[in-house]
Amino acid sequence: MEAVCMLVLVVEDDDDTAAYMERGLKESGHTVDRVSDGREALYMATDKQYDAIVMDRMLPKLDGLTTVQAVRAAGVDTPILILSALGQVDERVKGLKSGGDDYLSKPFSFSELLARLEALTRRRGITTEDTILSCGDLEMDLLGRKVTRAGRPIDLQPREFKLLEYLLRHADQVVTRTMLLEGVWSYHFDPQTNVIDVHISRLRQKLDKDFETPLLHTVRGTGYKLSATP
Amino acid sequence: MSPSLRRLTNTATFRLALGYMALFGASAVLLLSFIWWTTAGVIERQVGETVEAELRGLADQYRTEGPRGLIQAIDRRSSRGAGDPDGIYLLTDPLGRRVAGNIDTWPAGVQTDGQWTRLEVFRADVERRRLIGARAFALGGGYRLLVGRDMVALGSFQAVLLEALIWGVGVTLVLGLISGIFMSRRLLARVEAIGSTSREIMEGDLSKRIALDGSDDEFDRLAQNLNRMLERIEALMGEMRLVTDSLAHDLRSPLTRLRGGLDMALRAPSAERDRAIAQAIAQADAVLATFTALIEISRIEAGIGRSEMVPLDLADSLRDIVELYQPVAEEKGLSVTLDAVSAAPMHGSPQLLALALSNLLDNAVKYCRAGDIIALSLGAEGEGAESHWVLTIADTGPGIPVADRDRVFERFVRLDESRHAPGSGLGLSLVAAIAKLHGGTVTLEDNAPGLRLVWRLSVHSSNAALQ
Repeated sequence: MEAVCMLVLVVEDDDDTAAYMERGLKESGHTVDRVSDGREALYMATDKQYDAIVMDRMLPKLDGLTTVQAVRAAGVDTPILILSALGQVDERVKGLKSGGDDYLSKPFSFSELLARLEALTRRRGITTEDTILSCGDLEMDLLGRKVTRAGRPIDLQPREFKLLEYLLRHADQVVTRTMLLEGVWSYHFDPQTNVIDVHISRLRQKLDKDFETPLLHTVRGTGYKLSATP
Repeated sequence: MSPSLRRLTNTATFRLALGYMALFGASAVLLLSFIWWTTAGVIERQVGETVEAELRGLADQYRTEGPRGLIQAIDRRSSRGAGDPDGIYLLTDPLGRRVAGNIDTWPAGVQTDGQWTRLEVFRADVERRRLIGARAFALGGGYRLLVGRDMVALGSFQAVLLEALIWGVGVTLVLGLISGIFMSRRLLARVEAIGSTSREIMEGDLSKRIALDGSDDEFDRLAQNLNRMLERIEALMGEMRLVTDSLAHDLRSPLTRLRGGLDMALRAPSAERDRAIAQAIAQADAVLATFTALIEISRIEAGIGRSEMVPLDLADSLRDIVELYQPVAEEKGLSVTLDAVSAAPMHGSPQLLALALSNLLDNAVKYCRAGDIIALSLGAEGEGAESHWVLTIADTGPGIPVADRDRVFERFVRLDESRHAPGSGLGLSLVAAIAKLHGGTVTLEDNAPGLRLVWRLSVHSSNAALQ
């Protein structure tokens, strides 16, 4: 997997949380600018070309959602991930309405944040008009609703098809369980049981059983990755 | 006004007593004015009428018998020992000189118009100035006649009566004040009893109750209502204490384990350290999940999710969540069946309904053992405004004893058998809160064997939730 270096603007007023994100992002090979209030964020976001912005929901001077609106009004279309300590079920809608691209509630694991940031920056590369998605010898025909691996048809249930489509759209990226719940099932809460794991292992059975090189990998402690190279 | 006097005048006792006194005083004055008018007033009026009649009689005599006859009549009436000793007579000639009568000169200010006049004159016969009431009349030929009555006797009667009346009013006022103080003291003593009990309660003794006197009057009913309110408050306080106690317990134990684990990790070799840190993170996540659930419940109970109510198909929501859980249940050797109407339109929050259903399926999967069956169904019940969707989840798992069935909806209640299973003990509380938000009820029944959970959701839940 090619190492993509992102330039990320972190807007967070809590120093410890900001340091945690900054350090993690730098260790993953990314470059980080950090500001601690909405006004500075607006200035930086319009001044510099960032790959992604991480915006805390509650900020001094200019509130996070207002800042997002202002950034969008200034014509900046950089993907924005909103971080919030507020409840996820109802606040999420407000966050996305204000112009955010993704919403992550605090506390979060760093791997979740990283996976979502990578998904956000990569999402822009894939055009929605693509009708064929592929990864290695795996191919998905979106119009014909058919999946083949090395030319052999793979029979999938409707939900399995959606799951695989999501994984293919995020091929070579780590996707977390909550990303799958949100992207495939549209649930914005975490069930106590690891329901996703069983769905993945069933899909893996169908994709990888008769082939030597596995495509669907488990990334320990984080989630899964669909990739032709381990 | 001195502070102590102001304190006195500010009391309801004082104001009530004053009110009583004013009422008593006013009625006494009214009553006694009536007595005055019917006694002293009437006597004076009668005297006035007698005098008028006499004056007329004398005038007639003057007309028929001339001045001589009149003079004789006056002399006869005003002589001592004969006639009325209180009678006053005076006849003057055109020059104003006395012709007959028992006073010397025509008193100043007496007009010959026949009006009743009170005045003081010098009575020649008793040689004293006396208070009289009199009428005067002009006779023909410049003669003037005055007839009156000595009022001293009536005046002293009136004075006695007035004194009696003043005393009467005074005594009534005092009686009014005393009875006012007594009555208001009695009433206010009961108010004060309620007040002093409330003060004790405010000082922290929530078990105190206001005493009733058994009369079932307004005060008893007030006290009963207050007591009922106190019972409700005490129950709520108890619930809250239970929640905080449970919170303390359910958060303290994982936090203690977390702290212990990190302490160990600090001194452990690096390989073990990683494992200890991973465990610590898992424990922190458990604590955070508890917090999230608690906050979610409070927000739902406060009606936060109401704003996101949209038209949705409950049957679809149910099919989706069953599809999500089917693999994990099958993995555990459970079979899941679903028998639902094709469409169940209603108003609701899709995320919250899914969250509730996910909690119920989490529980079913968690407590059932291999071979158990989880049967879900969704149907309609009732008609019109009363119509409900009835969602049941029946399993053949261990079930819940009858005695515990209501308790499991309380926050943090985990039955002893499940205390060591993962979970926060908040799942069913969350379900109950979401059910209530959607105008529904959740009941637990015996599935013999196992547990059957019945969730009735109002078809018109958006209306129900607004009420």
